[in-house]
Amino acid sequence: MSMEYSVPIYWRNRVNYYKLIGGRCKKCGRVFFPPQSRCPYCSSDNVEPVSLPRIGRLLSYTVSYNPPEGYKLQTPLIIGLIDLGETRIIAQLTDVSLEEISEGIEVEAVVRKIREDRTAGLIHYGYKFRPVISH
Amino acid sequence: MHDPAAIYGWGAYIPRYRLPMSEIARIWGWHEGVPASLNVKEKSVDGPDEDSLTIGLEAAYNALKRSMIDPKEIGVVMFGSESKPYAVKPSATVIAEALGITPSTMASDLEFACRAGSEAFRAIIGMTLGGLVKYGLAIGSDTAQANPGDVLEFTASSGGAAFIIGKPDGTEAAVIEGSYTYVTDTPDFWRRALQPYPLHGEGFTGEPAYFHHIVNSVRTLMETLDLKQEDFDYAIFHQPNGRFPLKVGKMLGFPKEKILPGLVTPFIGNTYNGSALLGLARVLDQAKPGQRILVAPFGSGAGSDAYSIVVGESIVNRKSKAPTVDDYLVRKKTVDYAMYTKYRSIITRIV
Ligand SMILES: [Zn+2]
Repeated sequence: MSMEYSVPIYWRNRVNYYKLIGGRCKKCGRVFFPPQSRCPYCSSDNVEPVSLPRIGRLLSYTVSYNPPEGYKLQTPLIIGLIDLGETRIIAQLTDVSLEEISEGIEVEAVVRKIREDRTAGLIHYGYKFRPVISH
Repeated sequence: MHDPAAIYGWGAYIPRYRLPMSEIARIWGWHEGVPASLNVKEKSVDGPDEDSLTIGLEAAYNALKRSMIDPKEIGVVMFGSESKPYAVKPSATVIAEALGITPSTMASDLEFACRAGSEAFRAIIGMTLGGLVKYGLAIGSDTAQANPGDVLEFTASSGGAAFIIGKPDGTEAAVIEGSYTYVTDTPDFWRRALQPYPLHGEGFTGEPAYFHHIVNSVRTLMETLDLKQEDFDYAIFHQPNGRFPLKVGKMLGFPKEKILPGLVTPFIGNTYNGSALLGLARVLDQAKPGQRILVAPFGSGAGSDAYSIVVGESIVNRKSKAPTVDDYLVRKKTVDYAMYTKYRSIITRIV
């Protein structure tokens, strides 16, 4: 039985997706996510992995009412643009409803189920952001 | 009794959704006296993107923050659950990977109904004392299943707790001064392979299972350590409902005041492998150096562990490094039974 989603792609990215590891260009100094072998800004191949901050600020968000099948239980999907200081990241938001959300709130990274490959395939885990739990 | 072991970090996680008992009674036609007799107001429900792995991972992340140790120093990760996301594929490896513990570590998933997380806790005491590993991570986590309409549905809930255990070095959060385990073959609760929901032996779950095993584990531990009820500041028991822990406490001679601080089930239901360990996390959130804690988890099938734990000086500095159990208790959003069935995938869809 074939998988809908690629197992090798998930496997290659899993650590970056669990731990929020981006790339830093040693030539121009910019930080980017996801990490890649060439800097997306200056094309230098002199890049190193960097752990991104787990707390950021929600700059903006959009809502998807018709995501692909694997996301049905989580619909509507709220996708946020999050300021992490040296870089920005686009991520799904969780533990927040449309009535509760507002731009500017502090959010923190958590690992959640991203999607399931039908009923028998792999469960994909990765980062999402939720409103910070104050403590 | 073994040499003292130590807790370096503790962490909890509770999903934010809550289902009131009245919703279950409304849908299934229960008399209101049934949920009232359980002493539970509402239960925690995992969100659509959560499972026992993600719950255990956040609890473990909190424990790791409080431990202030390098994750590479952890030599074993044990995940106790009866609601694993996969029948075959360890959750412990995902958690170990996400926390930066891999690859030089042992990792496995344990099953013993509600006490697999406690079995992990006790096994890791032995592994650290024996010198096999420096530190170990014990996790108890569940998204507990119950047949819709069964009385278990009132209490079966979601949550988890995690602990970093090692040898004492004077900086620990707490010392585990002794532990003991009591098991027998008792058919009080089970789930057969490929079955979605567990069955239980009706009246069997109380006397010969819960009470017999906890009373024996606690009495033996106290006799071995030569400790009396008044030596303990807190007593935490497995909490399948809000009533049993108070009753078993009474049987063992512990007053209500020593049990209530570690009793979380009235607010979130029975988190199975969370349960008593979440109670321990909540007591560590508030305990003071020098105080002594009794913890007695229980699992059907059946068995109970008993631990005597003395709080250390560094508990104060460690507490603020992660959200407390109460931080998670107050973070809540009520859902109705319809949303609950969707979040819990009780509605069957073809995909
Ligand atoms: Zn560059």
